[in-house]
Amino acid sequence: MFKALADPTRRLLLDRLFERDGRTLGELVAELEMTRFGVMKHLRLLEAAGLVVTRRSGREKLHYLNPVPIRLLHDRWIHKYAERPVSALVDLKRRLERGT
Amino acid sequence: MTTTAQGATTTQVYRVYIKATPEAIWDAITKPEWTARYGYTGYVDYDLRPGGAYKVRPTPEFRAGSEARGNPLPDVIIEGEVLEADPPRKLVTTFRMLMDPGLAGEPVTRITHEIVPGANGVCALTLTHELDGAHKLAAIVGGAYEAHGAGGGHAWVLSDLKTLLETGSAFTG
Repeated sequence: MFKALADPTRRLLLDRLFERDGRTLGELVAELEMTRFGVMKHLRLLEAAGLVVTRRSGREKLHYLNPVPIRLLHDRWIHKYAERPVSALVDLKRRLERGT
Repeated sequence: MTTTAQGATTTQVYRVYIKATPEAIWDAITKPEWTARYGYTGYVDYDLRPGGAYKVRPTPEFRAGSEARGNPLPDVIIEGEVLEADPPRKLVTTFRMLMDPGLAGEPVTRITHEIVPGANGVCALTLTHELDGAHKLAAIVGGAYEAHGAGGGHAWVLSDLKTLLETGSAFTG
């Protein structure tokens, strides 16, 4: 996943999908100064990293941003360190208010 | 169509890879003793045949927490209809959130869960939520209101589900 995110074109593709996903390869190519082949290659890498999921709709292949891998990273690292103290404070507040 | 005239996305797709059997993942989605343990922690109630009812009721903790914030909950917070149930591979239901009148008044949406076994005992679970016209619900399940206490939407739920199945306990548990 970090390798997939390390490239500026791939980050740009993810930004485009974040703004509006469900786009075709053609739509994505039209917005980037790059060949169809180049965009395909980057999309394949993003898909292999789980950051992009494709879905067929009739004849079209639509690309969606998949936020779950980034969420897993957030939950594993940020959540663990940032939110536990917050919930501990909430528990403390509850206990103090109950008087126990 | 996946987009509205305004260009807003109306279908969301999420995929998570979980080291568990398709049956375990299916149970974690369709059985209340599992769904009470991760994400928003509701009790699901599925009648797993086409036309069957789908309901989610809040856990006592969820109900008490919501009431304490001045937002009492109805007995059923999500309702829908089972459109397709193919255990342990595919589940399609309609989905309507009843937690507030603004959400309950939006068009009915549709959720598809697909479980595909892969190599090394890892399954891909893909959740597709078709949200045409349901803009408020789309923002909530997309995680846009997380900072306001509305939870992190599907990405958060699936991350928690993976953690529960792989480690035996969830972040929210």
